[in-house]
Amino acid sequence: MSRSTIDTVRTDDRSGTSREVLGANALRPDGAAKVKGEFAFSSDMWAQNMLWGGTLRSPHPRARIVSIDVSAAWRIAGVETVVTADDVPGQLTYGLISEDQPVFARGEVRYMGEPIAAVAADHPETCRRALAAIAVEWEVLPALVDPETAIAGGFDPIHPDGNVIRHQRIIRGDTSATGAIVVEGTYELGMQDQAFLGTEAALAVPDHDGGGVEVYIATQWLHEDRKQMAKCLALPEDKVRLVLGGVGGAFGAREDISLQVHTALLALRTGRPVKMQYGREESFFGHVHRHPATIWMRHHATDSGEIVKIEARFVFDGGAYASTSSAVLINGVTHAQGPYRCDNAVVDGWAVRTNNPPCGAMRGFGVVQACFAHEGQMDKIAAAAGLDPVEVRLRNAMRTGDRLITGQVVESVAPVERCIRETAALPMPSPLPDRPDALLMPGGSGLTADRHHIRRGVGWGVSIKNIMYSEGFDDFSTARCVLADGVVTLKFATSEVGQGFVTLAPQIARSVLGVDDVVLDTIDTGVGSAGSTSASRQTWMSGGAVDGACRLVRERLFEHVGRAHGVDPLRLVIEDTDVVDSMGSLRVPVGEASAGLRIDETFEHHHRPTEELDENGQGNCHVAFAFVAHRAVVDVDPELGLVKVVQVATAQDVGRALNPLSVVGQIEGGIAQGLGLAVMEEIIVDNGRVRNPSFTDYLLPTALDAPEVIATLVEEHEPQAPLGAKGVGEPPCISVTPAIVAAIRDAIGRDLARVPVRPQDICF
Amino acid sequence: MPVLIPRSLDVAVEMASSHPDAHILAGGTDLMVEVNFNHRKPETVLALRHVDELRGWTIDAATRTVHIGSAVPFSEMEHGALSEALPALAEAARTVGSPQIRAAGTIGGNLGTCSPAGDSLPVLAAMEATVHLRSTSGERAMPFAEFMTGPKRNARRGDEIITGVSMPIADGWQGYAKVGVRNAMVISVASACLALQSTGPRLALGSVGPVIIRCHDAEALVADRPGAVDAALAAEFGRLAAAASSPIDDHRSTAAYRRHAVSVLAGRLLQRGTARP
Ligand SMILES: Cc1cc2nc3c(=O)[nH]c(=O)nc-3n(C[C@H](O)[C@H](O)[C@H](O)COP(=O)(O)OP(=O)(O)OC[C@H]3O[C@@H](n4cnc5c(N)ncnc54)[C@H](O)[C@@H]3O)c2cc1C
Repeated sequence: MSRSTIDTVRTDDRSGTSREVLGANALRPDGAAKVKGEFAFSSDMWAQNMLWGGTLRSPHPRARIVSIDVSAAWRIAGVETVVTADDVPGQLTYGLISEDQPVFARGEVRYMGEPIAAVAADHPETCRRALAAIAVEWEVLPALVDPETAIAGGFDPIHPDGNVIRHQRIIRGDTSATGAIVVEGTYELGMQDQAFLGTEAALAVPDHDGGGVEVYIATQWLHEDRKQMAKCLALPEDKVRLVLGGVGGAFGAREDISLQVHTALLALRTGRPVKMQYGREESFFGHVHRHPATIWMRHHATDSGEIVKIEARFVFDGGAYASTSSAVLINGVTHAQGPYRCDNAVVDGWAVRTNNPPCGAMRGFGVVQACFAHEGQMDKIAAAAGLDPVEVRLRNAMRTGDRLITGQVVESVAPVERCIRETAALPMPSPLPDRPDALLMPGGSGLTADRHHIRRGVGWGVSIKNIMYSEGFDDFSTARCVLADGVVTLKFATSEVGQGFVTLAPQIARSVLGVDDVVLDTIDTGVGSAGSTSASRQTWMSGGAVDGACRLVRERLFEHVGRAHGVDPLRLVIEDTDVVDSMGSLRVPVGEASAGLRIDETFEHHHRPTEELDENGQGNCHVAFAFVAHRAVVDVDPELGLVKVVQVATAQDVGRALNPLSVVGQIEGGIAQGLGLAVMEEIIVDNGRVRNPSFTDYLLPTALDAPEVIATLVEEHEPQAPLGAKGVGEPPCISVTPAIVAAIRDAIGRDLARVPVRPQDICF
Repeated sequence: MPVLIPRSLDVAVEMASSHPDAHILAGGTDLMVEVNFNHRKPETVLALRHVDELRGWTIDAATRTVHIGSAVPFSEMEHGALSEALPALAEAARTVGSPQIRAAGTIGGNLGTCSPAGDSLPVLAAMEATVHLRSTSGERAMPFAEFMTGPKRNARRGDEIITGVSMPIADGWQGYAKVGVRNAMVISVASACLALQSTGPRLALGSVGPVIIRCHDAEALVADRPGAVDAALAAEFGRLAAAASSPIDDHRSTAAYRRHAVSVLAGRLLQRGTARP
């Protein structure tokens, strides 16, 4: 019931044809099946003779394992194996950046929910009983839960790698510069969960000879999983084959290993297929979350509101294991300035280890945190300079060619000003009527407020987000294209997590090769890596790979047609579904031209190289940037502290909308997720313990909480991008959060420095 | 696991008596959650779905009484004659979960669970409803205030079936209001029911104590004051409501906010109920 105006706003088909080529609103191939409940998610998988797996987890945030006795579990009928750290054949730890996380805890647990043992049995209930039968003797240890204590060195290392995961400073320009206006604030963000609806699930099928394993898995990056799994299982990588299972959302939570190694290990030990599936509660403990953060910022600005210098200090709580914390930190500190010009900066950033739940990737990846702080600051500058929120942002808006505080020149198309102006031009919602529909007022079905209790507010947020991986990482993607008898088959390992690459890839092939029939091969490790479906990168990276492979095939097709018809292949082009001589009269349908042929090409797309940051945080560490503006309108019941987000208007820099409908899907979903962080979504951690691991108490926005979304797409083709298109997945959820909070501040006339904003933050 | 499926109340009562440890299943929206979390491991289930006597409700014009069978789902209270007879119950029912939960969840189940956050309960408390129980040794009836004995505790004996609740038809304005941190499908953080019955105002609070709390001081404040209520009186009414509450801090909210919220809700309900259109 999100009353989105996708029909009326600029999501018109850009293709100019009825074919589902680039620019068309092609429909998802899995859409109808998902709506009808027929789509097979990874939790729906099943194999003959299959066992179920279950995981025993730590009840303590930190404790020494004095002893583990699994003998009683073995004695339960139906239990086929029990494994602990002692049974891990290969490397005992894994990790995306540093391999610091144990497959199973050995000696000590460092967070509540850390895996200790796993069982495989004939039934999930048998698993549950077996897990309950494992006797663990604990010596509970004091937990490190305060990030500042970790930084101050006031706690013995809770891990051999120490309590600081990474520290990075950024020093730029004249650090003694000052401005007539000085504003500061300390901003805090709670721990958000990705809350994908399809919980973790995998099916592992051992090879007959026991020398390898095939794993069907919902993941964001098949090849990275395989790499980490092979090490822990002590198998060559080619003996670990991964196939993408149906993914029910990801948002970063499927980047790290969760049940991959456990499931494969159980299958290899029993010689039988093993399925593992987390329930909702276990899922809250089974994956990393968005980093809670505390960010202090002080801005110096001229009396006309132009930023002179930024000082900031970031503290990200990484929880017990490193995951991607060091990259999240870098994203945070390098985006401290937001989409604004700034020549001088002193920024200090910490990502620390604690006994809180491990945190890692989530949509927006460190930039969500930075943006909440810098947008709060922009409004403070506006207030001090007597400007409105739009004007202060326009005055500082970054343009192509400006530098980040890392010294990196922003070469990307940077239509910040246009995003702001086009958002401002979108219609405001009509005022709350005299007799409003109670369901759409703050408090909703609870009938807490009457019309006169409500105050309306408007707020702004604008953001910059790096896309692709940073700091020297070559996150390439691979695609294979086969053209035979007018039909294209595409093969890639790009995880489809809902973002729509399975829709886009055929569109690319149709545009490049003039075919209509495109078959997608299984998404698995049978082709080179695609890199992760994260960092808003797959349209650019895997899109580039599919485009490249299709172009190679087209070249060979043109050579063939040229030879057959005595025409220079360089004169040939694809027009609609025909091969056409651009300088003559030849016109052959692609189907006919490729009859009896089989052209098979593979292409790897690499983005331009990036660099690491130096000790002063200088360096060209990012590939490219995308921008977006959000304007939020909220209704607030100040006395009860309840909020209803009425409307979010947005203009997003997308480069080029390859599938406008799909882009708007990302925009609407991202806005809902950013709204969640603004006003309700938080994993409540009390002394290392998660208090609300369920959807009863971890509140996600419902249809009645979703605002009207008005979106406009700012299309300035990105020259660096293979298809002119920027990634669009993350930007929608970044600046919407500060925009909503700013709107609440506007409604109540008070500062708010923490998200999610709780009722008591508003009314007390 | 045996599932007993009685087709009449008499048989159900017999079964409850011969299987006092049986877990009674109505809509299952609480029971199945507990089973899924392994908090309950039923050996025997007694399913009420086919006991027609529990699925009906009546409005007796002569005695001006409403009787609601325990197996009546919330969806039936939201609209129609029942909602006209008890508008606050309709408002409370509309706040419960989602349409699916309201179609399955019953008032008997809300009483069986007896959570301080149960949304029908403040209405039953304000309307001084009578809870009806039956076992092979006969019927028992008791005021709701005696039935609910603590958080998730009630006076039902293991061999008893809750057959229904009865209460007077609303003869004055009544309303229910509930604070939750989203617009639907949320467990109450604080709630209040105000019923301006001809016999006097009745205010009951949910989620701010171990049981549903009646606010006699607040009721007394406005008992003899018909007509519109000014802001000062509403605030005082709210203050007395808050004083009667004894909320706790938990992961859903804080005691301080809950106390504040019931004072606001009580004041607003009073003004809503006494406003002249
Ligand atoms: C997603 C979700 C959202 C929810 N939201 C709300 C909400 O907003 N507000 C709210 O108040 N509740 C909510 N609930 C809780 C639940 O829906 C209600 O408590 C409902 O009234 C339970 O009724 P039921 O028929 O499903 O009970 P069941 O689950 O069948 O039974 C509940 C308990 O009562 C006992 N019982 C049931 N009937 C009888 C009887 N006739 N005699 C004796 N004992 C009996 C059962 O043995 C059991 O102990 C929610 C539940 C879910 C799953």
